[in-house]
Amino acid sequence: MADPMKMRATLKGDVADVRVLMGHPMETGQRKDGSGKVIPLHFIQEVTVRLNGKPVIEGQISQAVSRNPVFSFRIKGKAGDKLEVSWLDNKGETNKTETALA
Amino acid sequence: MDKLRRVTLKTAAAAGILAATALHPLRVLAAGWNKDAFQAKTPADALKNLGAGATADSSAIVIDAPQIAENGAVVPIEVTSNLPNTKSIAVLVEKNPFPLVGKFDFNEGAVPFVKLNVKMGESSNVRVVAEAGGKHYVAVKEVKVTIGGCGG
Repeated sequence: MADPMKMRATLKGDVADVRVLMGHPMETGQRKDGSGKVIPLHFIQEVTVRLNGKPVIEGQISQAVSRNPVFSFRIKGKAGDKLEVSWLDNKGETNKTETALA
Repeated sequence: MDKLRRVTLKTAAAAGILAATALHPLRVLAAGWNKDAFQAKTPADALKNLGAGATADSSAIVIDAPQIAENGAVVPIEVTSNLPNTKSIAVLVEKNPFPLVGKFDFNEGAVPFVKLNVKMGESSNVRVVAEAGGKHYVAVKEVKVTIGGCGG
């Protein structure tokens, strides 16, 4: 999946505000295209947040999350810690992005 | 808000059947994904499949969501749990065809907080269930949707 991800992690004291955007259609399987054919389900199922390689948040989501999902999380850490967010969808596609806490 | 964002959740009744048939051919690839809970059609069934049959009301769970959402395709919901040792937070939109929207497990190093955008087909209660100290706690907030999550 080539759709880009964007992430920002801003430390306030020892807690980082993390905001991450994932480019994904999040099809519900209930929409129809112009010719009346149902557009198949296609959505992110798992979202994982890792701090220095260790999973700190493991999320499971449904097709009812909005298109191009945006999540905010709060992670305890210090400047320079490596944060990675990855997702896996129902077709087995995956993507990830990383940043350092600042 | 661009047009592409207007995602169809329309005709919930008919589409529910369509979705059920559409769901089956797709094998769930994500091993950790709780298929039974996410495919449950009532909040009670979803919670049962999450292992959260019995819940107690708690004011320590704070739900920040608009009272009136103008666009059901993108409803921002922010959840903070002030319960000590919160292990997980689950978000349900009671009147969606599949109520469970997400479940987030928090390990050490994470603050039990999450903000996400959800689709809502119609006005509904948003129910948040947090697990802390082996027990499940619940908080509810009503969100009125003026335009459905359906691109109609």
